[in-house]
Amino acid sequence: MTQFFTAVLTSLSSGAIYALMSIALVLVWRSTRVVNFAQAGQAVLTTYIGYEVIQRTGSYWIALVAAIIGGAIIGAFIDRFFMRPIFKRVTSGPIVLIAPVVATLGLLGIIEAVIGVVWGLNNQSIEPPVSNAGFNVNGTVIAFSLFNAFVLGTVAIAMILLTLLFQKTNIGLALRASAYSPEISKLSGIRVDAVRTLGWAISGAAGGLAGMLYVPSTYLFPNAMDVLLVFGFIAAVIGGLESMVGAVVGAMVLGCAINFVATYISTALVFPTAFVVLILVLLVRPSGLFAGKKGRSA
Amino acid sequence: MLKHSKSKHSKKIHSSIDSPRKRLFLFILGGWLLLILSNQVGEFSLYQGAFVATYAVGIASIILLTGYSGQLSLGHGALMAVGAYAGALTINSLQWHPVVALIMATLVAGLFGLLLGGAVARFSGPYLAGTTLALAIALPSLANQFPILGGEQGLAFDVGASPARFGDDFSPYKWFFWIATLAALIIIWFVANIAASRFGRTFRAMRDNPIAAQLCGVNVARQKVTAFAISSGVAGLSGGLLVMLITGVSPSVFPLSLSLLLLSGAVVTGLYNLKGVILGGLVLVAIPEIAESLVTRIGGSENVANSLPGFLVSALLILAVMFTPNGPEHIFKRKH
Amino acid sequence: MNGLIVNNLTIDHGAIRAINNLSFIAPRGKLTAIIGSNGAGKTTLLRSLSGLKDVKNGSASWNGKSILNTRPENLARSGIMHVSDGKSVITELSVKDNLALAGLWRKDKKDVAAATVEVIELFPILGERIKQNAGSLSGGERQMLAIGRALIARPKLLLLDEPSLGLAPLVVEQIFQTIKSLTTKMDLTVVLVEQNAMGALKIADIGVVLNLGTVVAVDHAQTLLNDPAVRAAYLGI
Ligand SMILES: Nc1ncnc2c1ncn2[C@@H]1O[C@H](COP(=O)(O)OP(=O)(O)OP(=O)(O)O)[C@@H](O)[C@H]1O
Ligand SMILES: [Mg+2]
Repeated sequence: MTQFFTAVLTSLSSGAIYALMSIALVLVWRSTRVVNFAQAGQAVLTTYIGYEVIQRTGSYWIALVAAIIGGAIIGAFIDRFFMRPIFKRVTSGPIVLIAPVVATLGLLGIIEAVIGVVWGLNNQSIEPPVSNAGFNVNGTVIAFSLFNAFVLGTVAIAMILLTLLFQKTNIGLALRASAYSPEISKLSGIRVDAVRTLGWAISGAAGGLAGMLYVPSTYLFPNAMDVLLVFGFIAAVIGGLESMVGAVVGAMVLGCAINFVATYISTALVFPTAFVVLILVLLVRPSGLFAGKKGRSA
Repeated sequence: MLKHSKSKHSKKIHSSIDSPRKRLFLFILGGWLLLILSNQVGEFSLYQGAFVATYAVGIASIILLTGYSGQLSLGHGALMAVGAYAGALTINSLQWHPVVALIMATLVAGLFGLLLGGAVARFSGPYLAGTTLALAIALPSLANQFPILGGEQGLAFDVGASPARFGDDFSPYKWFFWIATLAALIIIWFVANIAASRFGRTFRAMRDNPIAAQLCGVNVARQKVTAFAISSGVAGLSGGLLVMLITGVSPSVFPLSLSLLLLSGAVVTGLYNLKGVILGGLVLVAIPEIAESLVTRIGGSENVANSLPGFLVSALLILAVMFTPNGPEHIFKRKH
Repeated sequence: MNGLIVNNLTIDHGAIRAINNLSFIAPRGKLTAIIGSNGAGKTTLLRSLSGLKDVKNGSASWNGKSILNTRPENLARSGIMHVSDGKSVITELSVKDNLALAGLWRKDKKDVAAATVEVIELFPILGERIKQNAGSLSGGERQMLAIGRALIARPKLLLLDEPSLGLAPLVVEQIFQTIKSLTTKMDLTVVLVEQNAMGALKIADIGVVLNLGTVVAVDHAQTLLNDPAVRAAYLGI
């Protein structure tokens, strides 16, 4: 019983981190029609920034803020000075279908290589701001800690803030409108390019937050976020790529599947489980759980 | 404009491979030249040449799938793994001839691709990319679960010594080179034929305009599965060759980065350009070498040495997308 | 010179010449109808005037300021609103949000609110549907929403692309009448592109007949309505 309960809690807290990554990918997909693989690089780079801030100030909290802001700046920068020129240049031929994705893969490689040069390949660690030791329930230590609770709470707050931003503010309306129909938005006077860059910034901030919440439980190295990116992407695909609610649901489904298999069967089956969940969902709904009614072809 | 440039593409394809007989002749000539060459160069170059051929086969599988049928796979490393394990089992458990093992690698991976493609080929762009990406990380880790596949240690893949009639001074590396080169030539020839056939035309029509293709009576779903299966088989062969060169197969041979490396090779080559696969293979083999010599020359730290190859591949990938998006040939013919 | 002046405009879609050395004037405060059959180049013309399509040859100015090859969002902000063809609403957003789009960037929020009220008075049905998704509206309602959205920006020049497309005759009549009254009441200059030549010429001040990307006739709308050649070719009478 305790085991089951613990599995639910750990599912939620790892699902929460997948959800952040998944939302980061969905935000960019909706506005730019690109699966941004560089997000793994952006997130790990911002986490290294957080790491450096901790080395200098000793404060996780300052580092957290720095990573979020840093993530936003890096995201905006990449859209403005990397993606936009690529979209301008590559307009014909068979490559058009995959050029943006390939470009983000290339960028991922570059970011990770640069990190490797600056910080090396060795594992670094970030101390969790609150205890990461499992709670003691009636004498048994469970696999859920205060830090896990902190992760869950932080992500929940981030989700609420994002939802408010998107649903209740003018900027949110511009973000949604530009994603659904760039042309009509432009004709209505909205600076769609700037709005898109803002979307990348928010996405980068979410990635930075994900990194700062994920790394304290493991280690920091150049490829530290790759797995998170894959899980985030799978979660986004399960959720239908378009929808932030879908991204969160997809992440929770994935988190549960992975943690339950890890708890009850074997930790070695984590990746195959992710694959099986993904393919089962897509076989039933080829565009994910929350895809819009009108199928977009891109 | 768009239409115009497309017709140009197809014309180029046809002129480069206009008649099957001429093609066959060219390939035999090419193979013969390469084998002659193999007597002139050192052991290490032969070994690297074998890698070039292996990567070329892998890149050909991507070109077939992405360039011709418009499906993006991020998981061809997994399909290589399927081929590699199938080949290893053929050698180790059935004790069959290594050449048969490579054929088995192709067939089993092709069959796997057929089954997988049956499920996933109807997924559109990012969904297919996501599924294949998940496959790339899932499948190799699954190999650990089955004792027959050797766990982390994996299995040996020993193609044995060269046949006695080639003589005593016929080194193992030369033997690798011969096998890999021959396989690469056959595959390139095979893929070129497919590209020029009715199949290839259908693939392209499907990629460029799936709805129109469907209305013209093309069974898009089936064609996609076919492309997926053939591409998987070719990838499986490349996996078999790869583990032949490193004489063993284990899950760690097929990291996600392998799938991405192949994609890079295909993009650098030009997604449409079969003749370029050798060039792509060369680039993939040359980059670590270049990185190493750069580091020894300018004396970079260990960090630089470890990161430089990845940096170079990625930079090349981005430059290729930016400046020669449809292959190096287009540098000279871009303005049309 | 006040109004929209288009001079020697030539636009290609790759190998296809959609607009060929086209010139016309849409005087300020007037309703100019541009009529022509399928493929005459009407949509291409409007898209170039609203910045959606870049142009290499020719010029176009609005109240003396050149407008070609300008970003559409900047043109929109300077008072040139283009209601593109096909009932251009964002179906995923509510009616309210669709209307709000054209006011997001405006500083004068009070006036945005006033304009919204005016639009709802003009098209009461939008008020009833205000919380619904635009995707659930009928074709006529969507057209009203698209025009209404443009009005929120307090435009000076309104470019309308086939507002009658696919609508029932009664609805077409209503929309045309609204367009006409807008022109006179709001000091609007309207360029109305239509295949429905009869309906458009009836409400317009000036008529421009387009064929294969060039102007084949310009005159007072009333004169064109009575011109036997135009009647035969475009009015089907
Ligand atoms: N994006 C495009 N690419 C290629 N050709 C185009 C494009 N848009 C329009 N054309 C061509 O340009 C010509 C003019 O098209 P346009 O859409 O401007 O006509 P239209 O007068 O609006 O027609 P309709 O009344 O059917 O809307 C047509 O021959 C059309 O095929
Ligand atoms: Mg039109």
